[in-house]
Amino acid sequence: MPAQLVEGNTAVIVGAMYAGCDCFFGYPITPASEILHEASRHFPKVGRKFVQAESEEAAINMAYGAAAAGHRVLAASSGPGMSLKQEGISYIAGAELPCVIVDIARAGPGLGNIGPEQSDYNQAVKGGGHGCYRNIVLAPNSVQEMCDFTIKAFDLAFKYRNPAVILADGVLGHMVEPLNFPQTAVEPVIDPTWAVCGNRETRGNLVTSIDLDFKELEAHNLNLQAKYDRIRENEVDYEEYRIDDAEIVLVSYGISSRIAKSAVDAARREGIRAGLFRPVTLFPFPAEELKALAERGSGFISVEMSDGQMREDIRLATGCRDVGLVSRYGGNLIGRDEIMEKMREVA
Amino acid sequence: MASKENVIGSAGMYGVFERKGGSAPTATHYCPGCGHGILHKIIADTMADLDIQDRSVVMSPVGCSVFTYYYIDCGHVQTAHGRAPAVATGISRAEDDAILISYQGDGDLASIGLNETVQAANRGEKMAVFFINNTVYGMTGGQMAPTTLVGEVTATTPTGRDPRDSGYPIHICELLDTLRAPVYIERVSLSNINQIKKARRAVRRALEIQRDKKGYAFVEFLSPCPTILRMDARRIELFINEEMEREFPLKRFRDRSSEVVPIERRESDFSKGSLDGIFGLIGEEEVEVIPDPAFVAKGVKIAGFGGQGVLSMGLALAQAAYRSGRFVSWYPDYGPEQRGGTSNCSVVISGESIGSPVVDHPDVLVAFNRPSLEKFASDVRKGGLILYDGLAGSFNPPEGVAAVPVPATEIALSRGVEQAANTAMFGALMELGNLGLPREAFGGAFKRTFAKKPKLIPLNLEILEEGARSVR
Ligand SMILES: Cc1ncc(C[n+]2csc(CCOP(=O)(O)OP(=O)(O)O)c2C)c(N)n1
Repeated sequence: MPAQLVEGNTAVIVGAMYAGCDCFFGYPITPASEILHEASRHFPKVGRKFVQAESEEAAINMAYGAAAAGHRVLAASSGPGMSLKQEGISYIAGAELPCVIVDIARAGPGLGNIGPEQSDYNQAVKGGGHGCYRNIVLAPNSVQEMCDFTIKAFDLAFKYRNPAVILADGVLGHMVEPLNFPQTAVEPVIDPTWAVCGNRETRGNLVTSIDLDFKELEAHNLNLQAKYDRIRENEVDYEEYRIDDAEIVLVSYGISSRIAKSAVDAARREGIRAGLFRPVTLFPFPAEELKALAERGSGFISVEMSDGQMREDIRLATGCRDVGLVSRYGGNLIGRDEIMEKMREVA
Repeated sequence: MASKENVIGSAGMYGVFERKGGSAPTATHYCPGCGHGILHKIIADTMADLDIQDRSVVMSPVGCSVFTYYYIDCGHVQTAHGRAPAVATGISRAEDDAILISYQGDGDLASIGLNETVQAANRGEKMAVFFINNTVYGMTGGQMAPTTLVGEVTATTPTGRDPRDSGYPIHICELLDTLRAPVYIERVSLSNINQIKKARRAVRRALEIQRDKKGYAFVEFLSPCPTILRMDARRIELFINEEMEREFPLKRFRDRSSEVVPIERRESDFSKGSLDGIFGLIGEEEVEVIPDPAFVAKGVKIAGFGGQGVLSMGLALAQAAYRSGRFVSWYPDYGPEQRGGTSNCSVVISGESIGSPVVDHPDVLVAFNRPSLEKFASDVRKGGLILYDGLAGSFNPPEGVAAVPVPATEIALSRGVEQAANTAMFGALMELGNLGLPREAFGGAFKRTFAKKPKLIPLNLEILEEGARSVR
């Protein structure tokens, strides 16, 4: 398999292009800008469409348009830009369009800084815009996964006609690691049953999210909820490490999960029976699996660069109030030693 | 009653408005005398006449015309408030043959969506923008719009628009006329039969331009909203012809349609071969990274001023490690001084998968300048090594840490290539770094890092050796 050293943000573009994505609309923002740069460099070489939009709002609405035409569309941004995109994402979810959106999260709130944080969890996982909707959310933790999950996100977005979010952060975006390139390239086929392409076949189609009739809009909402239940049933993904006899389970995703993994090894060397549970999908959240671990008697520590946004989901899933939290803010990665200290405290 | 009065059948409209449904499925939802109904009919007629219904997609905006898709027989996409030109841009880029119509009211187009309006026009997107100027927000109950006339009473200007509080009416045609890209800009009126005839010609021209893929066309319609403005048919006609026209003169601002050539966009190429080509994978060899738990992981931090080749030296080291079958990560830290200031990067070389790619306590610190030396020296692990540029002056390392000055800049200058100081430093790292990598891997990395300028490789190999010799 041909491999190269590649930056995380570039790996997103690699994944998108092999996944048959042919429209990218973006607006500059650190630490996501390389996705924009790489798209501007590579998309036109193969006739794919790139526009530097006037704002993140315009970018997500261009994405909405190209997605309405049935194309495979990618949008990418970070913190402040993701906030601006929320209206558009709500429309995409409401109109049931497939679209992949990458959040290279940075530290907030407000303008914050360009260091990594995982504080966009709630925004990505709970919907983020107005109305009852869910994004499918995948959380890569390596350059390889930045590519592979982008491909997977396109599959899921089209399988469910739903926005799929890659929730990464500034470290994953900027780090360089080996990337095994995709072995196949998707030749996308437009689905004429719903797309609006400006041709005879799709002339009767309509993409919309408005419905003035209360009963009808309720039925639409119930359909959406049923879809989210199907996603919960079928698409949960997670990874476990040294979990079999673990008394303390670190729950961690994305870049933090790598540090948590080294902390597990270090703890084991000290005789602490630690393990790592890493949600790969944040929506759907691997609730049943965590519940099983709780029933077995494990204790949990959430390791995330936020104020415990994921911890709330762990609490809900496990019924344990007493879930620990190791967190950092402001662009600081969590240190392995900070995790060790917490484990020693509870061990 | 309404069902009879509102019937506006036309070749390009649906016979029955099934999406609207209800008790009057052949009547529109528009108020009697509303300009939207008139314009819908003109657009539909013209589409049918030009035989472009299959290719046409109308953006239904937020506003009274949100349900345009009830009526016109073509493809439809409903859009967020003000974003119709952005949505149309997305469709147009994706589908080169599609004909896009961005249909918008004055609140939608000239207030919340002004940026999208101006930018789509400025890019010369292939779309016809039809702008209904009725001087108010109709749908939400008659608030002030950007086009509300001075003195005009609205729900939010109860004593009339006062320019000292709310500025003056915005002239969108005039504003867009300052841009180069638009092909066609015209302002017309829907006040009476004569004006409607002229409006029809403008719609036709705008849609012909779309049919022929010639670019951006903009038509503003001074349009009656008798319900919100509380006027009868005669009064609203006078209002448009006299008060509105005084502020917004009817005019063809430009028509460059005979000068411009069609805009054709390439089809997307999805073949794997093309992708492998652009990512340089053809002939790329496989690298096998084999776990080797016995290998003690090394963290290297390289720091200096921007422009000293700090980041590229890190990448060269990452290449050397990777091509030697090690797990490796590289991570840049621009810090707050991203522009022109100092920068540093972390390289982790390991025998197993890597946790944090950020090196807080390096085994080896490479410092290209004094500030980096001072900032990071105390972080170096006991037993670690500091390599620093000789120009940084003498330096006492922390206890248990070795510090070696490297005449990196000096070597580079003597070779006439100041930018190669990092290569000399790389040589010193090869010599003293104790990173567990074979010597050839260092020079071998240049094949990658100088892939675009292979001519520079021999000289850099010499400088690499000279750097190594200098610390031997
Ligand atoms: C983001 C957002 N803000 C506000 C609204 C509420 N809204 C619906 S229609 C409308 C006014 C539209 O006025 P205009 O564009 O002049 O069109 P008209 O109704 O007069 O045809 C507003 C503000 C909305 N739907 N979305």
